[in-house]
Amino acid sequence: MDRVPVLKLGDVLLVSIQVDLADKTTVQLEEDLSERIVATGARGVIIDISALDIVDSFVGRMLATIAAISRVLDAETVVVGMRPAVAITLVELGLSLHGIQTALNVERALEVLSRARDDDWIPPLDTEDDTAPAAP
Amino acid sequence: MTGDPGEEAQTQAVVSDQDVVRVRQLVRTAAVTAKLSLVDQTKVVTAASELARNTLVYGGGGSVQVRVVRQRRSGVRVELADDGPGIGDLELALTDGYTTGGGLGLGLSGARRLVDEFEIDTAPGRGTRISIVKWAR
Ligand SMILES: Nc1ncnc2c1ncn2[C@@H]1O[C@H](COP(=O)(O)OP(=O)(O)OP(=O)(O)O)[C@@H](O)[C@H]1O
Ligand SMILES: [Mg+2]
Repeated sequence: MDRVPVLKLGDVLLVSIQVDLADKTTVQLEEDLSERIVATGARGVIIDISALDIVDSFVGRMLATIAAISRVLDAETVVVGMRPAVAITLVELGLSLHGIQTALNVERALEVLSRARDDDWIPPLDTEDDTAPAAP
Repeated sequence: MTGDPGEEAQTQAVVSDQDVVRVRQLVRTAAVTAKLSLVDQTKVVTAASELARNTLVYGGGGSVQVRVVRQRRSGVRVELADDGPGIGDLELALTDGYTTGGGLGLGLSGARRLVDEFEIDTAPGRGTRISIVKWAR
């Protein structure tokens, strides 16, 4: 069975799917990714599907599951490179991609993730400022 | 139904998840030959993928025939057959979200939306036969 490699770039896990996935390979990837998110404390997951010419409900469900798992573990998932024909087909199939963030390419995805991290940090500072004694 | 003249069918047994990948490849090749648009190719390959997985998972395996058909327009016909348990309540099985296998329940209903023709012949204990067609526009 093929196994999709999971790369670590700082606190981001990067998966680039290069071949049409058999179902067992998809399940294996879902398991590998969940384990790696926990083991590495990654804050972001990028899944590059630009090489996939179809995404059916099985792979779609894997993407949604990874996104949900990362959210619980305080990480974020960004799916990269979804082809327009794939997006159109997924919608007609009835698969909801809500909750899945997408980006044009890996570079943009990294931007999305670092922005998300900045957002994570700013609110506590704001709150502190707000609760600080008001200046006379 | 079956037996459109002139085009030879490609037959693929479906007994493993690798076979589902092969079905996708066969359907893609036929869709290109039939000159379907990229979006329509994607739709029929996705539909075939959903149905072939059902053949494997629920039908206990079976076979798939893929052919290019030419009438007024060209198109792709995919026929799936299994000798599994069949489907008792077809209307229910065709409802979005209905699953007996912990899936999303979108395979059958979604596949039907993605193609131009969808025929299903199934009964408890008699297996399941499905034929789909996607025409070039
Ligand atoms: N070839 C088949 N033989 C017997 N039962 C089938 C067959 N295909 C589908 N079914 C039944 O119809 C139900 C709906 O199928 P459908 O493909 O829509 O959903 P699913 O396979 O359960 O989930 P999904 O495809 O979204 O992962 C299945 O759960 C199963 O009970
Ligand atoms: Mg299914």
